[in-house]
Amino acid sequence: MIVQLKPSSGAHVGANNSVSHIMWQVMLALSPATAFGLLCFGWPALNLFVITVLSAVAFEALCMRLKGRVAKPVIMDGSAVLTGWLLAMTLPPWAPWWIGVVGSGLAIILGKQVYGGLGQNLFNPAMLARVALLISFPIEMTTWANVSPLFFSHSPGLAESWHITFSGLDNIDANTGATTLGFIKTEFSQNRLLTDILKDTSGFLSFIGGTRGSLGETSTLLLGLGGIWLIRQNIIQWQIPVSLLLTVALLAGVFHTMDSEHYVSPLLHLNSGALMCVAFFIATDYVTSPNTSTGQLVFGAGCGLLIFVIRTWGAYPEGAGFAVLLMNSATPLIDHYIRPRIYGRDRKGKPLEIPKS
Amino acid sequence: MLSLFKKPRFRGGVHAEEHKTATAALPIASDFPLPKKLYIPLQQHVGKPAEPVIMVGEKVLKGQLLAYSQGLISAPVHAPSSGIIVDVNDYPAPHPSALPIRTIVLETDGKDEWMAISVVDDPFQLNPEEISFRVGAAGIVGLGGATFPTAVKLNMGRENHVDTLIINGSECEPYLCCDDRLMQERAGEIIDGVRLMLHGMETEQAVVAIEDNKPQAYVAMLAAAEPYAQIKVIQIPTRYPMGWDRQLIRYVTGKEVPVGCRSSEVGVTIHNVGTAYAVHKAIRLGQPLLGRVVTVAGGAVKRPMNVEVPFGTLISELFEFCEVDKEQTARIIMGGPMMGDSLPHTGLPTVKATSGILALTKSELKNTEEQPCIRCAGCVSVCPAGLRPLDMANNIRINQLDAAVDLGLKDCISCGCCSYICPSNIPLVQFFKYASGEVIARQQAQHKSEQTKRLIDARNARMERIAQQQREDELARIAAKAERERLKAEQEALV
Repeated sequence: MIVQLKPSSGAHVGANNSVSHIMWQVMLALSPATAFGLLCFGWPALNLFVITVLSAVAFEALCMRLKGRVAKPVIMDGSAVLTGWLLAMTLPPWAPWWIGVVGSGLAIILGKQVYGGLGQNLFNPAMLARVALLISFPIEMTTWANVSPLFFSHSPGLAESWHITFSGLDNIDANTGATTLGFIKTEFSQNRLLTDILKDTSGFLSFIGGTRGSLGETSTLLLGLGGIWLIRQNIIQWQIPVSLLLTVALLAGVFHTMDSEHYVSPLLHLNSGALMCVAFFIATDYVTSPNTSTGQLVFGAGCGLLIFVIRTWGAYPEGAGFAVLLMNSATPLIDHYIRPRIYGRDRKGKPLEIPKS
Repeated sequence: MLSLFKKPRFRGGVHAEEHKTATAALPIASDFPLPKKLYIPLQQHVGKPAEPVIMVGEKVLKGQLLAYSQGLISAPVHAPSSGIIVDVNDYPAPHPSALPIRTIVLETDGKDEWMAISVVDDPFQLNPEEISFRVGAAGIVGLGGATFPTAVKLNMGRENHVDTLIINGSECEPYLCCDDRLMQERAGEIIDGVRLMLHGMETEQAVVAIEDNKPQAYVAMLAAAEPYAQIKVIQIPTRYPMGWDRQLIRYVTGKEVPVGCRSSEVGVTIHNVGTAYAVHKAIRLGQPLLGRVVTVAGGAVKRPMNVEVPFGTLISELFEFCEVDKEQTARIIMGGPMMGDSLPHTGLPTVKATSGILALTKSELKNTEEQPCIRCAGCVSVCPAGLRPLDMANNIRINQLDAAVDLGLKDCISCGCCSYICPSNIPLVQFFKYASGEVIARQQAQHKSEQTKRLIDARNARMERIAQQQREDELARIAAKAERERLKAEQEALV
């Protein structure tokens, strides 16, 4: 007779998935865009990337130590690596080492562990850190390196990259410039018109990603492909990216049609800034987004609206971080009001009426 | 385009790995050796347990009534074979707790001798009431697993003038394929049972719904149903839990059964294919429900099969017959792997609800290493009932059971989709089952304390009333005495 005393309830079998599997899939989807960013911005970007990810893991381990828990299994779930990775992607590629360390500390400690760890945080840790860094260190966070691909003669070599990362950039004016969105914002203040401002900007280059910008946010193409792959893998749902991008594109389209000299075209909106990265990888963060499909549509549309408003009328050229944080704070509210209808009940939870036949 | 705006016919659900190929191609084994002893529980159905009519030491024949049904919702139990009753006592029940329930133990004599059977020539001449009476007397209950007495359901269908009878051939649980084989091998008998049920409920049409992963069963049933215009056989998509009655009703008819109502109130009744087969046997052959087809499968089973066994057969004997590897067995499950119950040991009998017995290996089981919820909302998207399992579990974790009830705890059907999909291996169904039990226990405790308080109040009031009465009596007595003395004094004065 077989005796097996511990009872357990169904389901006795399970789908073949796990938290770490999900995290690694997201990282896999991020890797083409990241690799391209590292290629475009060379060794200093790689330094920053490695420092940010490693310090995220170190801070996670530290928090676990303070909690009196074993750090290894928690780190193996991949969430700290992913947070560090996402944060690194949103940083200026040649930012000094301490930006990465402080950012990771903010993300892991303030963004995640003070709430109680994985799954408990209200705000997306990477975006929280990014916004905190932007407000605290505006100069470092808006110094955008020129595209200087690895192994090119004028790009910094390995030794020089250590100098850039750990001692700062000496010849700032020669090596940096403005992002497209930043350039447009400053030129608008000079009362110039869009056709004039954008005469040297290549739409194709920004689509591929060969422009100034954050480390891993420049390539619309690769981010989009990675995101679509994630949707196909059923890791993320289509609702948030689609509603977010559609809202931005629609609003931009309407305003651009009304006044094409003062409002940026939808295509340029989609091709610039953090939009693609945010739409597919940040706004879709499970923990901080609503858990019904209707709620996700609302959430995505809210993010899109805020991004457009901040980009168009705000003081900052890019508003994706602020938009996501604001909508994160609305997530509990959305989940409270938008619920799935229970079988046999109406939307308010009352039993359905028996149909008269 | 318009269909986009219609209500979805299927919501949520998962597609679990089927694991049916090992057994679905094999014919139902009927060479299972008759066990020496059968342990027949008196409660194998929803409702009140049956009451024994036999004595220990009595000789019984196959098909003879052992215990009669008690009350409105109950079902009788019959002797699965001939032999001698050796005990009527408490034995472990096929339940996760294996707590003892009243059980008749029958020692078989190996003759398998039938009782005298009387059969009607044309059951369609019988009254519909007579059909359900005979179904009830044969001890037939829903064989899909719910074990609700079939006769009661037939009567409800007739009284509510149900217009559609759905025959559930979905068999959506992984591993199980007893219904599949039954449909392939005994389609004619099942269809005959469906016709008898239609007659018993006075219902015009029946729809047999079969998941599209059972093409052979579909073909067999289609052929068997061909002469009868009132019986339609359809294929439905393979998706768990398609066999949830309310899900199937919505898929087939588009009607949604309101919470708190029976399906017959919206004009639909649903029965399992196995039940239809049992009805055929009861009415046409006069045979009560004595056994069933059970799927024995799982990684630890060397000879997985569908086997016809008499009720009361111990699982250990079944496992011996199917050559189950004890070393490899990590969990024994009665029913399917999604909703089935894990059993503590194999010394338990098979009953009317036993559609399958699984012996799963460790590698087949879900990982139980729990991680924090990452709010991936997988459980929300797979829940066929439209609940938010993660929020319910969070509330239950902090003992906020009322909040969980507000979120729809009572609408949970324990289908297991949420537990199945959860990447953090959170035992969500376990939470909900615990909370449902706890809510009932708390309600009972509250009811009890209210009852006690009411009794105490009543007693206090009664004592108060008695004391009041005594005080009044005392006053009256004093007054009477004073009166008497006054009269006496008056008389003395007169004298």
